[in-house]
Amino acid sequence: MKKKDTRVFSAEHRKFLKKRKRNIALVWSLRIGLLALLLGLWELSTQLGWVDAFLVSSPSRIAKTIASLYREGTLFYHIGTTLWETLVGFAIAVAVGYGVALALWWSETVRKVLEPYIVVINALPKIALGPLIIIWFGTGSSAILFMTVIVGVIVATMHMLSAFIETDKNKILLLRSMGASKLQLLTKLVIPSSLPAFISMLKVNVGMAWIGSVMGEYIVSRAGLGYLIVYGGQVFRLDLVMSATFILCVLAAGMYFLVVLLEKLLVKNTEN
Amino acid sequence: MKKEMLLFSDVSLIYHTARGETKAAEGLSFSVSEGEFVAVIGPSGCGKTTLLSLAAGLLKPSSGSIERHGSCGYMLQKDELFRWRTIEKNIYLPLEIKHQKTEENRLRARALAVKYGLGDFLQSYPSQLSGGMRQRAALIRTLATDPDLLLLDEPFSALDYQTRLNVTEDVAEIIRSEGKTALLITHDISEAISLADRVLVLSPRPARVTHEHTLDFGGEKKPMRRREMSGFSGWFEILWKELNG
Repeated sequence: MKKKDTRVFSAEHRKFLKKRKRNIALVWSLRIGLLALLLGLWELSTQLGWVDAFLVSSPSRIAKTIASLYREGTLFYHIGTTLWETLVGFAIAVAVGYGVALALWWSETVRKVLEPYIVVINALPKIALGPLIIIWFGTGSSAILFMTVIVGVIVATMHMLSAFIETDKNKILLLRSMGASKLQLLTKLVIPSSLPAFISMLKVNVGMAWIGSVMGEYIVSRAGLGYLIVYGGQVFRLDLVMSATFILCVLAAGMYFLVVLLEKLLVKNTEN
Repeated sequence: MKKEMLLFSDVSLIYHTARGETKAAEGLSFSVSEGEFVAVIGPSGCGKTTLLSLAAGLLKPSSGSIERHGSCGYMLQKDELFRWRTIEKNIYLPLEIKHQKTEENRLRARALAVKYGLGDFLQSYPSQLSGGMRQRAALIRTLATDPDLLLLDEPFSALDYQTRLNVTEDVAEIIRSEGKTALLITHDISEAISLADRVLVLSPRPARVTHEHTLDFGGEKKPMRRREMSGFSGWFEILWKELNG
């Protein structure tokens, strides 16, 4: 229920609002200007031959490469492949991580038993599992999915577990004094109070999911943006490498903003 | 003889940690009868909060017995309102926990909130309320299940002085007019004198009742009025000496 703002402000406050609006506009125009300047310098320096466009590519060559991928009909195939692996891997990692964190919160004994294992798995560079993953999962999408999940799941678990454990002791005391069961503690307090931590975990895991899927595609793959990057590097087509990287930037940013949007929907109005 | 709502008989409690054991209470005996407002004061770290946890049944005594008649409601130093719930939903929380969220109970809790000036804030979130209003909401939440005994753990100590006097006045008024039995834990001597019918003084750890006084201000129950009365400073002096003696 949003009421229309009909308050009448003083001249000084109107001035303040105007100044604030101008400030926001300035920041945005500088952001866009900076991007245009960098792209322009990049383009100019390759056009004038200051640097070799073969080695550093250029905005116009990237645009041409993307256009030709589109004409060949493979652009959306590669994007779709990576996007699918990333999103599904992200969803599985988040769901499993959340579930494991819940289980570890529930039983202190299980938590103590598993703690050293989690610490070690967290510290292990997941890329070291590459050869194992190829042997176990073959060279298809499932190998890449596995990589995406394993990169994200530990982070999701540790992030949520620490949030669950840090639940306000006094609020727990309050609920216990009302006679709350452990399940009620969980549903009435622990889960809702950890919502901000859940959102920040999603933000971290967006990055993790892209790391996982692209890393997976480096190891095994016949398609996807990571595959384009590796292939482009091998045949020395840096335009292709740059184009795929550019598309990755756009997709990762888009996914991050979706999470920010979700945050606005979920935690509006209720923050302290 | 009035009905005893809470009876501690020779209660001891030992805390166990990896480093050793601590005696938190030993030979602790007292009672609270129906409709009475009892304040407990003691030096800091003497186990006042432990006493409330025992009374609420959250801790079991190592020896001795604790009898409690009827249900109890616990009120803490901070309001502990849930920020993701509106004031109305916060007030219904104990009803949900105890599976008593009937239409009748909801209406009763709601009526209490309206009666004590929270009517306009039912749909607000805690962050939109002042500290005093939040503590008042916390009291209404405690009263939502109509508990027989209120356990108050320094419920005013997190408020600034001005708000504190006002909220104390408010809370005393609400508790008296609802005819509730209350056990208040505080380190503030003047707060105890201004509120209670009876004051218990605890020793340093292990906690035990060293002195007990029935306060009679000629039937005056209002904290502010009591503070202005001539007997007030006399009681303060006595309790201060006993607390430090």
